[in-house]
Amino acid sequence: MHIELQNIHKSFGTVHANAGISLEIREGTIQGLLGENGAGKTTLAKILSGYQRMDSGNILIDHKPVSFGSPAEAIRAGIGMLHQDALDIPALDVLDNFMLGSDTSLFLSPRQAKLKLLDLCQRFGFALDPNTSVNKLTVGERQQLEIVRLLALGVRVMILDEPTTGISSPQKVLLFRTLHRLASEGISIIFVSHKLDEIEQLCSEVTVLRQGTVAGSVQSPFSTSELVMLMFGQQFSVSPRPGITLGEPLLELDDAAVSSYRLNVAHMNLSVRAGEVIGLAGLEGSGQQMLMRACAGITPLAHGKISIHNHDLTNRPYQEFLQLGVSFVPAARLEEGLLPGMTLKEHFALLNGSEFVINWRQAEEIAQRQISEYNVVGTPDTLVQSLSGGNQQRALLAMLRPELRLLILEHPTRGLDIGSSRWIWEHLLKRREQGTAILFTSTDLDELVEYSDRIVVFSSGIMSAPVDARQVSSESLGYMIGGKST
Amino acid sequence: MKLRERLSACALSAAPFVLTFVFCSLILLLAGANPFAAFSQIISGAFENYRKIADVIVAMVPLLLCASGMLITFAAGLWNIGVEGQMIAGAIATTAVVRLLPLPAGWMLPLTVLAGMLGGAVWGLLAGLMRTYGKVNEIFGGLGLNYIATALTNYLIFGPWKPADGATMSGTDPFPANAWMPVIGDTRASLPPIIMAVLAVLCVYLLLRNTRWGLRLKAIGMNRLAAERMGINTKANMLLAFAACGALAGLAGSLQATAVYYRLIPSISGGYGYLAQLIVLLSLLRAEWVPFIVFFFAVIHVGSPRLELRLQLDSSLGGILQGTIVLFFLLMRGIREVVKRRQERING
Repeated sequence: MHIELQNIHKSFGTVHANAGISLEIREGTIQGLLGENGAGKTTLAKILSGYQRMDSGNILIDHKPVSFGSPAEAIRAGIGMLHQDALDIPALDVLDNFMLGSDTSLFLSPRQAKLKLLDLCQRFGFALDPNTSVNKLTVGERQQLEIVRLLALGVRVMILDEPTTGISSPQKVLLFRTLHRLASEGISIIFVSHKLDEIEQLCSEVTVLRQGTVAGSVQSPFSTSELVMLMFGQQFSVSPRPGITLGEPLLELDDAAVSSYRLNVAHMNLSVRAGEVIGLAGLEGSGQQMLMRACAGITPLAHGKISIHNHDLTNRPYQEFLQLGVSFVPAARLEEGLLPGMTLKEHFALLNGSEFVINWRQAEEIAQRQISEYNVVGTPDTLVQSLSGGNQQRALLAMLRPELRLLILEHPTRGLDIGSSRWIWEHLLKRREQGTAILFTSTDLDELVEYSDRIVVFSSGIMSAPVDARQVSSESLGYMIGGKST
Repeated sequence: MKLRERLSACALSAAPFVLTFVFCSLILLLAGANPFAAFSQIISGAFENYRKIADVIVAMVPLLLCASGMLITFAAGLWNIGVEGQMIAGAIATTAVVRLLPLPAGWMLPLTVLAGMLGGAVWGLLAGLMRTYGKVNEIFGGLGLNYIATALTNYLIFGPWKPADGATMSGTDPFPANAWMPVIGDTRASLPPIIMAVLAVLCVYLLLRNTRWGLRLKAIGMNRLAAERMGINTKANMLLAFAACGALAGLAGSLQATAVYYRLIPSISGGYGYLAQLIVLLSLLRAEWVPFIVFFFAVIHVGSPRLELRLQLDSSLGGILQGTIVLFFLLMRGIREVVKRRQERING
């Protein structure tokens, strides 16, 4: 099946996730789709597989225009997608999941389906027991189940979104072998990733996306530096840094470990001093989020110790972290940071004062003062969800307490334009001068190099030793993130 | 807003009432009755004389109490469906005080009120504990507790508290006179319950509008995760909301025992808890609308038995009326959301 995407556009509010993407996928090839987080890869994949509607553009299958209203329609047309987070239904067993979505007959025949499942598993060397419940499967096994399910549904184009996140290395080898085999059988594979080595290993052609547009397409064999250049699109330079005077040690991590169902991060040792800015680099989901949440007191440590301002806070409640002056500004502003449905004034009333009856006039004054000091475009009565991303971020900063020891920020400038980003950093650097230590993540290498004193790189759950930001360039950082040492 | 949009918004707000009227008229026509006669019978049944009007007020008391309690839990995003059980628990606790404590007249009534609130609060806390610590959805927990409360009443009435001349569905022996709320004239209405109900609505209105606790509850209801990040103790606040709602529902149950039936009867909650649920849904969680909706529902409640007397129709038509208006209201709200989203998409 030959697929052509022409001039695809898709916006979410003010964010132009896909801004005129054109792309061609030939039958039986493994096409890479490379780009940093937020480049628009997943959006494009979701449009092609019917999970999202495009605003404008054309999809041509074998030179005939098509449009999908739902994933089911896309599957009927032969296009199926494996998601970053498996979408299968965990309460069901493997066989039930396998049969889901097949609408060839009204009545399902479990016996036939089982034979088909076992046959497919054997072909690819998957060891799936049809009768285990899906929530007992590993991420890699769920992925295998999803692959055979899509094949049984007659899919000719398979889209895989970051398929190697959270699977073991033998599973990865098996996955790559399977993909090669599928390609040789004439199935087209679209492999969405931001991992350079995987793309280089697997794909015959790669298209690099940057900020919603196609930065370029390259044929195998690839030059890593060319891919890095296309992916991050920057002239690499070492930025000049002013001298820094740091205060006392504030945050101490001693052989700390955090674990979640898909990633374990162990042996984290870090000592952060007052006024220091630590940048956390790495691909999304490599462990830096878990470090931040552990330091904010949201996720308990599985092992090791954490202390803040000489207080041992290992496995202490979140409230104690707050009391010691730790604050966390999440990337998911409307999900984790703000209260959609409430006004700015109500937010300030919640966070200031302690008397039982709220002094609304005082809350209004505080809101008004903070709004003008932080350049938030809005009034005390503005509902937070109607603010733009940049204004939401400024509002979140305006709500922080004046004295903080440790400020943890997840992607503080994600989705913001250059002006807003500069403003945010001016504010953050001012806080740092007052002695607040800052931990932040970013996918913008320039931002990491420019504002950090030291940078820690995360790669598949392994934290590097901190490096002096003055000694790294964006380019070398790009290599480190891509899992390649310079 | 453009005129056309404003007109369509208007039409959508009026639609639930028109649709309910049409739908119920159709049912009445199918039953062979004149819809207009039926509706006017309900109205005149509720306002025939001052004693009927007093009955409307008597029906309003438990509805106001339960609805104001539920506003607290709904504000925190909790669907506390256990209000029926909390009413029953209040009535049981009240009956226990009346039966077990030989109190002088001046002490008896205040203590029944306190006992009722305490009983309801405990029952509410049970649902809350199951929700916050046992991860049992409050809808299921509440429903289960409702059944347990009903069973418990029946056990008491047919067991330890059965009347001397044998247990019947008509309940325990009447309370002694010192546990009867005084009535106004020859009506069934009693002043203290009315005052308490009015105070409850007023307090909840002020609580949700002007207090830190109310704002915290709303924050939890809007986005529990963000509220927690802000340092709000979500579990404790949710438990407190369950207890407060339970106390008001328990008070309603207690007053049914001391001001309406003067005894404990099976299903003393009388469906008021469920009806209050509909009222809160209709109010869109705005306390200031609750008294009006309660009045409307109480009129239907008191007026519909007349259908049986005059038109030989079943009085359950009142329930159909109350239910359909809520369903159409929610349906229209859903449709309005869809229309709004579509317009937003068209406008970019």
